[in-house]
Amino acid sequence: MAQIRVENLRKSFDQFTAVEGSNFTIDDGTFFAMLGPSGCGKTTTLRMIAGLELPTEGKILLDGEDVTFRRAAARDIAFVFQLFALYPHMNVAGNIGFPLKCQGMGRREIRERVQETARLLRIEHLLSSKTSKLSGGDRQRVALGRAMVRRPKAFLMDEPLGALDAEFRHLMCGELRDLHDRIGATTVYVTHDQLEAMSMADQIAVMNKGRVEQIGSPQEVYDRPASMFVADFIGSPPMNFLRFESGLRSGDRAVAFHSVSVEVPEIREDRASAPLALGIRPEHIRFADAAPVRGEVFGAEYLGTTQIVTVDTAHGRVAARLPSSASVRIGETVGLEFHSERLALFDVASGLAVRTASLGSARHG
Amino acid sequence: MTAAVAKSVLAKSTAHSIVEASPRSKAVAGGLVILYAVITILPLLWIVATAFKSQSDAIAYPPKVLFEPTLEGYVNLFTVRTRQTPDFIAKLPPPETWYDKLVRQRDMVIAGPSKVVPRFVNSLIIGFGSTFLAVFLGTLAAYAFSRFRIPLADDLLFFILSTRMMPPVAVAIPIYLMYRQLNLTDTRLGMILLYTAVNVSLAVWLLKGFIDEIPREYEEAALVDGYTRLQALRKVVLPQAVTGIAATAIFCLIFSWNEYAFAVLLTSGEAQTMPPFIPFIIGEGGQDWPAVAAATTLFVVPIVLFTVLLRKHLLRGITFGAVRK
Repeated sequence: MAQIRVENLRKSFDQFTAVEGSNFTIDDGTFFAMLGPSGCGKTTTLRMIAGLELPTEGKILLDGEDVTFRRAAARDIAFVFQLFALYPHMNVAGNIGFPLKCQGMGRREIRERVQETARLLRIEHLLSSKTSKLSGGDRQRVALGRAMVRRPKAFLMDEPLGALDAEFRHLMCGELRDLHDRIGATTVYVTHDQLEAMSMADQIAVMNKGRVEQIGSPQEVYDRPASMFVADFIGSPPMNFLRFESGLRSGDRAVAFHSVSVEVPEIREDRASAPLALGIRPEHIRFADAAPVRGEVFGAEYLGTTQIVTVDTAHGRVAARLPSSASVRIGETVGLEFHSERLALFDVASGLAVRTASLGSARHG
Repeated sequence: MTAAVAKSVLAKSTAHSIVEASPRSKAVAGGLVILYAVITILPLLWIVATAFKSQSDAIAYPPKVLFEPTLEGYVNLFTVRTRQTPDFIAKLPPPETWYDKLVRQRDMVIAGPSKVVPRFVNSLIIGFGSTFLAVFLGTLAAYAFSRFRIPLADDLLFFILSTRMMPPVAVAIPIYLMYRQLNLTDTRLGMILLYTAVNVSLAVWLLKGFIDEIPREYEEAALVDGYTRLQALRKVVLPQAVTGIAATAIFCLIFSWNEYAFAVLLTSGEAQTMPPFIPFIIGEGGQDWPAVAAATTLFVVPIVLFTVLLRKHLLRGITFGAVRK
């Protein structure tokens, strides 16, 4: 088991920069998710940690040891691919035992270790089957088995559930997390699916355009997004942004939102007047007749226990999550009341969060 | 009842689909295939039959379909004979073998073996040698083109392909002059190098297509699991590329086995292959057609065997990569 440290990691392909100056440390035993839209550099970062891609600049340290230019095989890590990459010319046992064969381990020992791994994954009955006959979930388990059998320092997983259907993905999420808890190995998990990242990870790194935007626990990333990108990418529906322009003074507990004063968590920095955005999660909006911010109901999506009501205000469209018992008529004018302690402020030009009492500790990548 | 209705609806809906052909179109298709097979196989059968005819039967008009078979063609192919007077033959000790006897009936005696065996061996060495080299080099090059970021890769691939844009014979004279300088004329090595050079471009292009189809993840998994790049190529990529390699090998072998123009130009003795040798099998009073036919029959055998051995791969190989999964 190991700690993984990435220092100023950069990777460019010809003109295109895939990863730009990343810095982070993954502690021993952490389930670390890298989350971001496609093309954000998360897979490239993972491949550099694995040794399948060489960085243009920067360092990768495994347990304090510099492995930046070491070949993949010499790093003692395991990689699980999105398409599983099970060797079609070998059966399940052959696939799981393959890394041990590479290391030149004796036949009997390989068989024992394969048995043990298969027992852990509950696929003992499949050992002599062909990989092409397996279901998606079983293929996934075999791929995991091939990664686990060597007892590597760390697991790297590149969208391992991406090829499964939705129902199975949910099941495997639980299984993966359970497996992680049992063997406790450092795991780096790349995904574009926020639900996977939120439900499994101890720490999430949100990436965008080659940069790490924020690193934190799922709660931190959701409750205290460090940038508009993070706030927008995480959460469904995403955070609402209401634009306005104002200066800020440290210690203020309200901002001048157009002609209305809106209460916010205590502001911790001074700023000259600039375009800002008020960030509100849909679940932090309530309908209140007396509220000064008003709008017309545009539509409602019924989701079972809750409903998403979209309201057109003078400053943009806003989505609110209300109990499904609330009766809403399309076209009616409503007042919007915000849960002031949970509001966020962003600087529109840089996209970064303004420091406030609730966001003070948010880390920028 | 509903099940029956559903079934009939299903049958109707697929009646004109490309999945199920009607019996009539099946019959027509079958007929066409048989016709094509007859057209292509008939000349081959005629050659095989001619090898067993006597010289007069071979040139009889109208052609004889039924004839008395004889091994004279094969005997003539493998031996050099001299004509003797009947008196001389009568004085010889009785013939030791059946072929001595056969030759003496024609007033001739065997003077020694012909050159067919060394020529056949040349063909085998040059044909399989150049095929092996072309496929070996082609696999390495195709793998590199497929997997690594090579500067000017597209241009290089085009250069490689451009060597196939004219008939190889177009460069026969420069190659002849070059080979004379290098003392490579009429050597097996020279012919192997030449055929390899011609085939390697085909091999690179064909194999690149096959290797492109194999997901990179397989080797990457092997690299992470402890193999070096070369081990991953040998243990993981090659087993999956067997189909493509087999198909490529057959194409290369067919070219170098059948090649005639360069063989005539560059070989005359030591390294002569079968194609230039066969037309010059001269019998008494002109072409010895049964012997020529016998040589042709033997010449075809290795290619047929090689193709039959690899046919399982060949069929998949030719259509492989045609459809994106």
